[in-house]
Amino acid sequence: MEAIAFYLFAVLTVAMFSYTVMSSQALYALSSMAAGMIMISAFFFLLNADFLGVVQIIVYTGAVMALYAFGMMFFDTTRAVKEHNTSKVIVLTLSVLATLLVITIFTMPIAAENISAAFPEPAGVENPKAVGIVLFTKYLVPFEVAAVMLLVAMIAGIVMAGKKMDRSLTKMKEEEIAMMHQEETQKKVTL
Amino acid sequence: MMEIGLTHYLVLSTVLFAIGLVGVMRRKNLLMLFMASEILLNAVNVAFAAIGHYYGDLTGQMFAFFVIAIAASEVAVGLGLLIIWYKRTDTIDLDTMTSMRG
Repeated sequence: MEAIAFYLFAVLTVAMFSYTVMSSQALYALSSMAAGMIMISAFFFLLNADFLGVVQIIVYTGAVMALYAFGMMFFDTTRAVKEHNTSKVIVLTLSVLATLLVITIFTMPIAAENISAAFPEPAGVENPKAVGIVLFTKYLVPFEVAAVMLLVAMIAGIVMAGKKMDRSLTKMKEEEIAMMHQEETQKKVTL
Repeated sequence: MMEIGLTHYLVLSTVLFAIGLVGVMRRKNLLMLFMASEILLNAVNVAFAAIGHYYGDLTGQMFAFFVIAIAASEVAVGLGLLIIWYKRTDTIDLDTMTSMRG
C-alpha cells in the first residue's frame, strides 16, 4: 500500500515539475507547480510528518503561489522570453553534478552507519505535539530568528513593491519626490 | 511489493533536484527561474523529512521547517526586487542584467 502511494506520487511529482521547468507558458508552469507542491505534501504524510505536510500546503500552495500569481499578472509574461540555451558546457556541468549527487546518495548508507538520533521522537505523542515540544525547547532560538527574518522580509516586500504602485519611486530623482510630497501637503491644506 | 526504504526517497529527491537544476540552467525569464529554485528547495525538504523519519529523529523535520520559512521570505524579497527591476528596465530577461559587466 505504501509502495503504491509512493510510486504514484513520485511519478506525478516528477511529471508536474518537469512540466513546470519545460513549459513556455507562465500560467501552465504556475499551475503545474502548485499541483506538484500538493503532491510533495503527500510524501510528508507518508513519512508521518503530518504537521510538515500541512505547513507545505498552506505556505506553498497558499502563500507562495499567490505571490507568483501576483508577479505573473504584474509582469508582461505574454511577451515571450527566448530560452534556447543548448550550450555544451552547461549540459556537461549538469550531468556531472547529477552523477555526483547520485553517487553520494548510494554511498550514504556506508557513511551513515554510526548515526544516532539527536532528538528522538517522543514516544506516545502525536506528530504535531512532538514537533511543538522540540521546536519550543531545542530550537527556540532559531525559531525566534526565523520569525525576525520573516518580519524583515515582510517589511522589505512592502517597501519595495507596495509604495505608489502607479509611479516608480526608485526611478524618480530626489527633487521629484520632494515635489510630490509638497503637492500632497498643498492638497491637504486646500481641502 | 517491495518495501519503501530511505534510498527510494533519496533517489526521488535527487531526481527532483536535477529537474530544478535543469530549470535554473535553462530559464531566461526571471519569474520562471524563481519557480525552478522553489523546486530545488522542495527536493531538499523531501530528503530531510525522509532521513529524519528513517532515523527516528525530529531534526530533519525542523530543518525542513526553517527551509520553508527561508523560501517564503526569499519569494517576498525576490519578487519585490523583481518589481523594481521591471519598473526601471521594462523587462525581466536575465540577459539584460549586465550593468556590472566590465
